[in-house]
Amino acid sequence: MCNCGDYIQDMRYVALEKMLDKYRHTTGKIIPVLQKTQEIFKYIPEEAIKIIAEELKIPSSEIYGVATFYGQFHLQVRGKNIIRVCTGTACHVQGGGKLLESITKTLGLSGGTMTTNDLMFTLEPVACLGACGMAPVMMINEDTYGRISPEEVPEIISRYMEKDGIEKCIA
Amino acid sequence: MSETTVMINGIKISVPAGTSILHAAQKAGFKIPTLCYHPDQEIKANCRICVVEVEGQKNLMPSCATAVSEGMVIKTTTARVLEARRTILELMMAHHPQDCLQCVRNGSCELQELAGEYDVRYNRFPQEDAHLPLDYSTPSIVRDPNKCILCGRCIELCTSKQTVNALGLAHRGFDTQVVPSIGQELFESPCVMCGQCIHACPVGAIDGREQISEFLAAASDPNKVIVTQIAPAVRLAVAEAFGSESGQLSMEQLVGALRMIGFDHVLHTNFAADLTIMEEGYELLERISNGGTLPMFTSCCPAWVRFAEVFYPDFLEHLSTCKSPQQMFGALVKTYWAEKMGISPVKIFSVSIMPCTAKKYEAVRPEMGDSGYSDVDMVLTTKEIIRLFQMTGVNPLKLDAAEFDPWMGEYTGSGVLFGASGGVMEAALRTVYEEMTGRSLVKLEFNEVRGMEGLKEAALDWDGTIVRVAVAHTLSNARVLMDQVAAGKSPYQFIEVMACPGGCIGGGGQPLTRTNEQRAKRMEAIYDEDRSRAVRKSHDNREIKILYNDYLHEILGHKSHELLHTKYTIKRKNI
Ligand code: SF4
Ligand code: SF4
Ligand code: FES
Repeated sequence: MCNCGDYIQDMRYVALEKMLDKYRHTTGKIIPVLQKTQEIFKYIPEEAIKIIAEELKIPSSEIYGVATFYGQFHLQVRGKNIIRVCTGTACHVQGGGKLLESITKTLGLSGGTMTTNDLMFTLEPVACLGACGMAPVMMINEDTYGRISPEEVPEIISRYMEKDGIEKCIA
Repeated sequence: MSETTVMINGIKISVPAGTSILHAAQKAGFKIPTLCYHPDQEIKANCRICVVEVEGQKNLMPSCATAVSEGMVIKTTTARVLEARRTILELMMAHHPQDCLQCVRNGSCELQELAGEYDVRYNRFPQEDAHLPLDYSTPSIVRDPNKCILCGRCIELCTSKQTVNALGLAHRGFDTQVVPSIGQELFESPCVMCGQCIHACPVGAIDGREQISEFLAAASDPNKVIVTQIAPAVRLAVAEAFGSESGQLSMEQLVGALRMIGFDHVLHTNFAADLTIMEEGYELLERISNGGTLPMFTSCCPAWVRFAEVFYPDFLEHLSTCKSPQQMFGALVKTYWAEKMGISPVKIFSVSIMPCTAKKYEAVRPEMGDSGYSDVDMVLTTKEIIRLFQMTGVNPLKLDAAEFDPWMGEYTGSGVLFGASGGVMEAALRTVYEEMTGRSLVKLEFNEVRGMEGLKEAALDWDGTIVRVAVAHTLSNARVLMDQVAAGKSPYQFIEVMACPGGCIGGGGQPLTRTNEQRAKRMEAIYDEDRSRAVRKSHDNREIKILYNDYLHEILGHKSHELLHTKYTIKRKNI
């Protein structure tokens, strides 16, 4: 089995330990530490919470409480592109449900998982995107798509696939 | 202290400055409902059920969190107050399962009681249950997050009193939940299974794991001989459950009652407590004279042992290697006792009756099978035994006294003391003193180690040898003593720890115990029983002498080590 993934992971944990060193003697540190952790991992893995708890002598229950309280923290791996779909009333009336279904199908998500296996996309249903006039609405990263039909979804998503394909080649 | 005068429902009353409206109203004779409030805890003020009207204030005020001020005019009985409280109840109930009839807390639930008092006959809000999975991961505790009303009482207990931090709040708003550390099951958290959170919880969200059906199945199996050991703290709580004072029920009445509900032979954990004193007392003497690891900590409380294994893995050699009385008893009942009685150990089903939830866990620890069988087959808590008496309609208080079965039923005042914080220490000192000085102890009471004080200590001058001892109950206090050891600064030789407030009398398997006041009463009853025993020192126990003479041959000898001592292992948990 290829070990390069392990290596990359190790480097992230080295960065975590290094970052924690700076916080050993400060107070009121949970939020900044979690922010830095998320910068390192792009999300907050369970393992990282255990390490933070042990290293900084803060109960893991307390860290977990903070990490789950604030919307800015993510405890699951997130994809490169974030797709937000409105499930609010206005969008619902205009066929938001069908839209959501179509995205799920296009991404091949099932059983409640929200991130694709290749880590390219994460789907996040949200309560309202504040653009009810354009219902139904979805956002991919910072781009907003309003009044779209379920049939348009595959084409829109494919644009982001290509973009990343190119980026990947360059990298 | 200066007094503040206020008017509550038209009644003028003076209370010390800083008193909460809640307490002032109580003093004036008015009950205000509470849920998140707990007399032994900090004010949390998150449930709002205790709201009252204060003249000049636009909003209703939470009475538990509002201090009185001079001239305050308070109303606790207005329609506005009652309507607000009822709305809060309805909102809570809309997210609370409606299966009260089958709930472990049926009849002792604070929410159920309030729903009754506030005449909630229908709910204006639609029922929305979360259908979260129950947590059966430990052998001791069951958590039903669906019933949780988020009062935070268990969290404070586990965090401030026990310093275990197994429970915390997670998520936000509607999705808020109480969860074990990283949202995992309780067994993966540092939970030590003390069960104190059960007493803290106002509803049925946490309770001990019940094994009543399993017991009934075993009792009706003709191939099983049911043998029981009963712990000292159980008797008091059974008496309370049948409406009597702690001390009114005699041990011998309880023996008769147990025979009636399916126990073939009734023996006493106190016998094993006396045995523990012999082994542990001599272990201490040996450590002192041979330069062994000191201070030595007692090891009869399984919640404390697990606490040490999780939080102080580098200091486990400070724990006595003695098994707890329950497990010493278990190892002997299928060897020594089986031999004496001529009963095949295969047939023996050993059930212990304990005030403790952690004992259920202790019994299934993999190292507890030195008899060649499972040493203790089942642990029933005081609560379960009371349930069995209720089911069978047997009231122990109405029965005549009966005798314990032979060989492992005799016990001394020292054995009884194991039920209260400081008791193991006192019992050990009675025996160790006589061995160390060669003289007979005249005054048996060591008052320094008695009482509800969280940390107790004594320095005893025995013919020029100073013996320094300490006693801690509730784990935050144990932590203080363990931190001293970790820092290399412990001045003591011998330390007793019990995880529960007051010791086993306040155990997690006891019937709902709301306050420390109640625990202090049970403690008194323990001292009374000690005083009433003809024999009060463990080494004078006749049956213990027979045991050493006929079977174990010597204290700390080969057989003892095989059956009565154990090892501890580091437990890695998400602390
Ligand atoms: S049983 Fe004890 S340690 Fe476990 S969660 Fe409850 S209070 Fe905490
Ligand atoms: S489990 Fe019980 S004590 Fe803990 S927060 Fe929920 S209702 Fe309160
Ligand atoms: S009892 Fe006062 S707010 Fe909960």
